Amino acid sequence: MKTEIEQLPQEVIVDDERAAIEKAVLGDYKYGFVTNIEADEAPPGLNEDTVRFISAKKNEPEWMLEWRLKAYQHWLKMKEPDWANINYPPINYQDIIYYSAPKQKIKPKSLDEIDPELRRTFEKLGISLDEQKRLSGVAVDAVIDSISIGTTFKEQLGELGIIFCSISEAIQEHPELVRKHLSSVVPVTDNFFAALNAAVFSDGSFCYIPKGVRCPMELSTYFRINAENTGQFERTLIVAEEGSYVSYLEGCTAPMRDENQLHAAVVEIVAMENAEVKYSTVQNWYPGDKNGVGGIYNFVTKRGICKGDNSKISWTQVETGSSITWKYPSVILKGDNSVGEFYSVAVTNNYQQADTGTKIMHLGKNTRSRIVSKGISAGFSNNSYRGLVQVNRNAENARNFSQCDSLLLGDKCGAHTFPYIEVKNNTAVVEHEATTSKIGEDQIFYCNQRGIDTETAVALIINGFAKEVMNQLPMEFAVEAQKLLAISLEGSVG
Amino acid sequence: MNDSTLYFKEYFDQQQTGTTSVLNDHRQQAFAAFSQLGVPGVKHEEWKYTRINSLFNTQYRLQSADTLQAADINDLRLPAHEAANELVFINGRYVAALSTLRSKNLVLLPLNEAAEGEYAAIVDQHYGHSADYLRDGINALNTALSDGGIYLHIGKNTEIEHPVYIYHIVDARAEAVLAQPRSLVYLGQNAGVTIVETYHTIGNADSFTNQVFEVAVEKDARLEYYKIQNDVASANLVSTSHIRQTGASHVNTVTISLNGGIVRNNLNLVLEAPYCEGHLYGLYFQQGNSHVDNHTIVDNVAPNCLSYELYKGILDEQSTGVFNGKIFVRQPAQKTNAYQTNKNVLLSKTASVNTKPQLEIFADDVKCSHGCTVGQLDEEALFYLRSRGITQQAAQALLLQGFALDVLEKIKLAPIRAYVDSLIAGRLQFTQS
Repeated sequence: MKTEIEQLPQEVIVDDERAAIEKAVLGDYKYGFVTNIEADEAPPGLNEDTVRFISAKKNEPEWMLEWRLKAYQHWLKMKEPDWANINYPPINYQDIIYYSAPKQKIKPKSLDEIDPELRRTFEKLGISLDEQKRLSGVAVDAVIDSISIGTTFKEQLGELGIIFCSISEAIQEHPELVRKHLSSVVPVTDNFFAALNAAVFSDGSFCYIPKGVRCPMELSTYFRINAENTGQFERTLIVAEEGSYVSYLEGCTAPMRDENQLHAAVVEIVAMENAEVKYSTVQNWYPGDKNGVGGIYNFVTKRGICKGDNSKISWTQVETGSSITWKYPSVILKGDNSVGEFYSVAVTNNYQQADTGTKIMHLGKNTRSRIVSKGISAGFSNNSYRGLVQVNRNAENARNFSQCDSLLLGDKCGAHTFPYIEVKNNTAVVEHEATTSKIGEDQIFYCNQRGIDTETAVALIINGFAKEVMNQLPMEFAVEAQKLLAISLEGSVG
Repeated sequence: MNDSTLYFKEYFDQQQTGTTSVLNDHRQQAFAAFSQLGVPGVKHEEWKYTRINSLFNTQYRLQSADTLQAADINDLRLPAHEAANELVFINGRYVAALSTLRSKNLVLLPLNEAAEGEYAAIVDQHYGHSADYLRDGINALNTALSDGGIYLHIGKNTEIEHPVYIYHIVDARAEAVLAQPRSLVYLGQNAGVTIVETYHTIGNADSFTNQVFEVAVEKDARLEYYKIQNDVASANLVSTSHIRQTGASHVNTVTISLNGGIVRNNLNLVLEAPYCEGHLYGLYFQQGNSHVDNHTIVDNVAPNCLSYELYKGILDEQSTGVFNGKIFVRQPAQKTNAYQTNKNVLLSKTASVNTKPQLEIFADDVKCSHGCTVGQLDEEALFYLRSRGITQQAAQALLLQGFALDVLEKIKLAPIRAYVDSLIAGRLQFTQS
């Protein structure tokens, strides 16, 4: 007599597995709602007047306007980069609204005065601006469209000398700090999108940790695009003085729309001697629908510099959203003994395209870096890792280890790796490893055998695949990220 | 095309006459492509680390092939040449008078004759296929200007007993010379051959060899292909080998680069039929100011293929090494196994290496991996040897020999293996400690 398993034809097992994977990858986007709030907008299009308009709106000092205009002038001369492994129709930069701010009648003095509609938006997103969240110990700066609408826990942080506010506020209140560090890591002329951002950025977060202070709570910025046809351009600047520590989180979502919206952000991190900055991102911009219609074009420049000796910058990212991701969080290891880390999980589904990775520049002596990148592709998507590890002539005893693994779910998607390794010092040790595979039939079989159904097994294996990166996320975020991974890849949740 | 390359137009116009229509079509197209693309600069992704445009500041002559006699090249012959088929190219043109064909079953024809006779269909099918993979002016320049190329035909069920040695000799005694050898090799079903290529420059002027070597390998055929470069510092080389495995076949290639000015090796392996197996091995051991660039492509078009790739580099003095290995797995190429490794040792403070292993995968049921390392000799291993009374220099030589062994042992032709071993052993004695 045949056992049940023997009777099951091979195709059924394969079909079952395929169905489980398909079900697993057909998740829905649950942050796609739109909030009806009146917005104060600039007319669409970009010219010098737009730049002046934004600067005037923000009541910026003269040097900021000059800085922006310089960036704009330079941007005019630049060409959109075309080397990435992504395809999209040309962006018309004159169709975009460069400034959109939710209208508020009065400037809120405290969080209680914020428009209840806005508060509900963020509550719906799971980010409570209310102090109820005190227990979770996360200070939040919420940015909707172009404007920061509120920052929590300001006073408590202020007592320690930590400045955590929107960057517009920082330009008004701490101009010397902003002026000193702004564009010191990402020059306005750095690349096409960074120059565009410098010209038109409207808000973002600013964070300053004074000497010797260990920030007692996670700092967090939550970005939300709401208005139609707008582009979001925010700029984040984090400065960690000597011997300080901060862990910084960033999250993002956007409504579902059929048009593509542009997001071009810049993040700069400065870490002085013995300082440590940990930057975590959960990027969940609207990825477009199943047919690849709509979604956010995410062109982001993120870079940190380990300026002082023994400093450390660590990037962790979970990239599940956006129809196009173009993002290479980088670390310049200038100080001796400094450490750079990059942990990434990038998930692409349907027609999403991601070209993401990192750049690590070893300049100082005894510098170390570690790269762990996990790519998961499903549907018709393309997922590329692009990384550069550079060891300069004087970077004695530099050490790098990189690992890029790709998991393919389905036979219509692509996984690509483009690692660049440039070594000019003979004391360097650089290692790179990459693998590409699918979920093994034997792995599924092993789980099935132990009574775990195929769907759960697929989820289990994906989770295990991403675990090394997930473990790097702060507790508060790890839960959210794990859920997000589940939502992006599992139909059953959300 | 800019001023420095304008003189190629003259050469092109001169060569119009006397070529067959198939080759002529290719020439026309290639010259148009060269005129449009020009010499690749550093902005060209495939030439990012290899600055070839500086070579074109020199005006090269396309020399005729009659400047050298048999006596001039006797010293350059490879070991065991008495039992080999020897094909000699002088200044990029095949010279029958200096060549010896020992295997009766080896068919050799000038390319333009082959393009018209009974092999016309094969030439039409395979000639110029490398241009689909190398879209740059350098490849086009060869197709546009090469003259005196050959067609090698190894018929069905034919095993060529004697290895085929191909010498590329440039006479740069009088002036800077551009040599553009071109060959097309066809291995019929169940055929087998071993091919060894070497490169030599005579004289002190600059030489630039821009070679294209195309091979088609049919079902059950076996190709052993070794490329050995140990030329002078004024010798520059772009050597393209493009191998199509059109049936389930076995290919083993070893590329050894020991010296030269700027050396660029393009090695493409196109796995067009199921159950093909391809091996790509390379060793580069550089000193002085030499620059070696190995670009490989493994294109998995059909399912169930297997490829192994291992390239190792030792870089001393001011030399630069570049490795770029691409593995493409097309959507139908399920069950592909493709492995790639690149390991480098930097011996001096001023040597550098740029490596870029690259995977582009569109099929899900595959096993692909790549790895690369850059480092130095293991201190503990050195200490172990030193503590047993072995000098620093000898210990280093021993470890480097061991490092190179993985690649060297893939050379199956014994005299050639011994020859390469001796070249490396000779070199290691002069390596600074």
